[in-house]
Amino acid sequence: MARGTIVAPRERATRGRSLRPPLGRRVREWLIEAPLALAALVSIGTTVGIIGVLVFETYEFFQVVPLWQFLTDTQWTPLFSEKHFGIIVLLSATVLTTVGAIAVALPLGLLVAIYLAEYASPAARRIIKPVLEILAGIPTVVYGYFALLFVTPILQAILPQTAVFNGASAAIVMGIMILPMISSMGEDALAAVPRELREGAYALGATRFEVATQVVVPAASSGLMAACILAVSRAIGETMIVTIAAGQSPTLTLNPLVPIETMTAYIVQVSLGDTPYGSLEYKTIFAVGTTLFLLTLLLNIASQWLLARFREVYQ
Amino acid sequence: MRVPGSVMARRRAIGRAFELLCLAATSVGILVLIVLLVDIARRGLPTLTWDFLTNYPSRFPEQAGIRAALVGSLWLVGLTALFAVPTGIAAGVWLEEYARRGWLSRVIEVNIANLAGVPSIIYGLLGLGVFVRALQFDRSVLSGALTMALLVLPIIIINTREALRAVPGSLRDAAYALGATRSQVVWGVVLPAALPGVLTGIILALSRAIGETAPLITIGALTFIAFLPRSPLDPFTVLPIQIFNWVSRPQPAFHQLAASGIIVLLLVLLSLNALAIYLRDRARRSMQW
Amino acid sequence: MVSLQPAVDASLGGSPLAFAIRALNLWYGRFQALRDITLDVPARRITALIGPSGCGKSSLLRCLNRMNDLIPEARISGQVLFEGTDIYAPGVDPVEVRRRIGMVFQKPNPFPKSIYDNVAFGPRVNGYRGSLDEIVERALRQAALWDEVKDKLQQNALTLSGGQQQRLCIARALAVEPEVLLMDEPCSALDPIATYRIEGLMAELKRDYTIVIVTHNMQQASRVSDYTAFMLAGEDRTGELIEFGETRSFFTNPRDKRSEDYITGRFG
Repeated sequence: MARGTIVAPRERATRGRSLRPPLGRRVREWLIEAPLALAALVSIGTTVGIIGVLVFETYEFFQVVPLWQFLTDTQWTPLFSEKHFGIIVLLSATVLTTVGAIAVALPLGLLVAIYLAEYASPAARRIIKPVLEILAGIPTVVYGYFALLFVTPILQAILPQTAVFNGASAAIVMGIMILPMISSMGEDALAAVPRELREGAYALGATRFEVATQVVVPAASSGLMAACILAVSRAIGETMIVTIAAGQSPTLTLNPLVPIETMTAYIVQVSLGDTPYGSLEYKTIFAVGTTLFLLTLLLNIASQWLLARFREVYQ
Repeated sequence: MRVPGSVMARRRAIGRAFELLCLAATSVGILVLIVLLVDIARRGLPTLTWDFLTNYPSRFPEQAGIRAALVGSLWLVGLTALFAVPTGIAAGVWLEEYARRGWLSRVIEVNIANLAGVPSIIYGLLGLGVFVRALQFDRSVLSGALTMALLVLPIIIINTREALRAVPGSLRDAAYALGATRSQVVWGVVLPAALPGVLTGIILALSRAIGETAPLITIGALTFIAFLPRSPLDPFTVLPIQIFNWVSRPQPAFHQLAASGIIVLLLVLLSLNALAIYLRDRARRSMQW
Repeated sequence: MVSLQPAVDASLGGSPLAFAIRALNLWYGRFQALRDITLDVPARRITALIGPSGCGKSSLLRCLNRMNDLIPEARISGQVLFEGTDIYAPGVDPVEVRRRIGMVFQKPNPFPKSIYDNVAFGPRVNGYRGSLDEIVERALRQAALWDEVKDKLQQNALTLSGGQQQRLCIARALAVEPEVLLMDEPCSALDPIATYRIEGLMAELKRDYTIVIVTHNMQQASRVSDYTAFMLAGEDRTGELIEFGETRSFFTNPRDKRSEDYITGRFG
């Protein structure tokens, strides 16, 4: 059997050149990659910065105001001479407006999501989806304007005891603002439910309504819940609508028709004023900020976990 | 199994009623949008004059204008873009094309997803503590721009990554097979092909930056400014804050000015998004797949 | 210089080799895609890799220019000797390997750039300092595409027909002056006329380049190639080299029964 042989040095210019990577190339690649990695680390820096700032100022705040007082006092008057620091006042206002917003956004958003996923024709989608995108893109200060100058007068016409600043109009308008979030994420969740599931139900003679409500929605439930939780988180963190329309008088109440002050509105109130840096009043906005941050962080994590579980099942 | 006709009829009726309900819910959204726009137009168009655009704010509604706010917004968006766009694209490219699937990139990914969900006012507190106080930039356009850049960074990063992911692997293969290094493949082939998506991300981010109010109030952007910023270290105001200022006053005349300001703001956003759609179409046409 | 073990069979006499593959194994994670491949690829000839789908021919092809490096779970053992050097030896630069061993893919994949920029991309990234216009024209002529595109070099490459796009990809690969051209089923996405033109092109190109072509089309293999390597995957789906020899004798007088079965269409 004859053997093949490797050819001896070839005639071309590549003769004798080893297949080794030049040092210059490795250095150049690294020089390009390093700044990119640095840019990615900026995001870590942001988180470190947020946590650092919040922890630092909040710690100093709790050196003066005991934690149990913060959690149990029923008044919030840090800007008055007789100071109370009960976060429950602001928290209740945040919760009140959020619950109201979800009461508006959840049913509507869910219905829109079901419509888009199960019923809508392509022509209808071409109109509805852009409209929802526009609603989602409107700056919140515009929504605040709408709440104060359009919705409140209407509420006052229906229920004359409604104050100029009230939680209800803020809640309603916030609901409209987060509706696109629920409808869009909800539609994604419903669309992710495999066709086979639907077809199985249709093949048994179910109507479209029955398939949508008894098969698809339950199958998409964790995705829908994730959307809802994310919307709640968004409502909790919302600032301008509540600042403009709900007022800046901290009141512990369940009445949606009177002025209340949410956590976010309080931070704005202090920022607009002349509070000197480093004073106790200044530190209160960080204590409130930390509460807000922790709340939204927990909700976001819960939402992501639900979403991951949902995707596991269907992908 | 026989289903009685009456049961079928009722089932169908329920179905149709539900469909109408869904339609009604959808119309609520469309209706609200229309009502909102009509109200703003009605209240704001009369005071939308040339003077309005060129005047500074004033105690007297007839003499007030958004000049300072408009210029301030332009300053802010420009500086924000300067900081956020290169950083965001660089981070997105690194995460998608260079990073090994190790724990570090996973941590950064989760971190960015979380940052995207943090309320914007928290970013304001961050800006206040770090840029205004610690770095002593005070309540300047610079502080505002740095704060907004951090706020919109996750948007740019996430959109850039998605755009890069959408580039087909066959293009990467072809480039590697020609003896290109990773950087040459990324910057010469993949990123140019991902340009439409990346541009979309940038426009989304800048739209967000223009419309944000709360973080800027927190870092101390003033609500009454009668001059234009001359350097990044000058105090400033922006359109949304000016609108907020006018809305918060009791006199209806100021409410009209607020509406006019809103019209200007919405027009700016509209043109920005129209530009985005145009750029995206042009880029897509030359990509053609 | 390295002396070699005998190939699975060799009718190569003393003809020069482009590749000497020795005991090559390939794993994707835990799955073994190739087992113990030992093969000599003669220089400046066309060698066809044939076999039923899933037998590992494309995987083997991708081993020859280290494209499998781009798949994180891929591992190899054994050697691929190119001009005396194992291209998998530590310290070998895969980028240089890929410049000298070019590849054309199954589905034409021109960049979304102009025709000119597509062909110029390779020289540009490799730091070519001479006249790009010359290189572009030469490559397009070698790919028999110049006359069709010389007036529209700035046009987007995606406006070309499928066959033209594939010839563009060949021109693009030739522009970096490789020594080998690996072709992974280059005609399977093309119509018969385009296929015919590319086969004609290959016959011309083999004067200057070594060509290794993967094809599932036996008639194409017998038309076009000088040597044929037949591969099969066993029940474990791991690909093995069954037989290798001059094309003419392989197709008229295969030595292995499995080759004969495949050629006569009893399976595959």
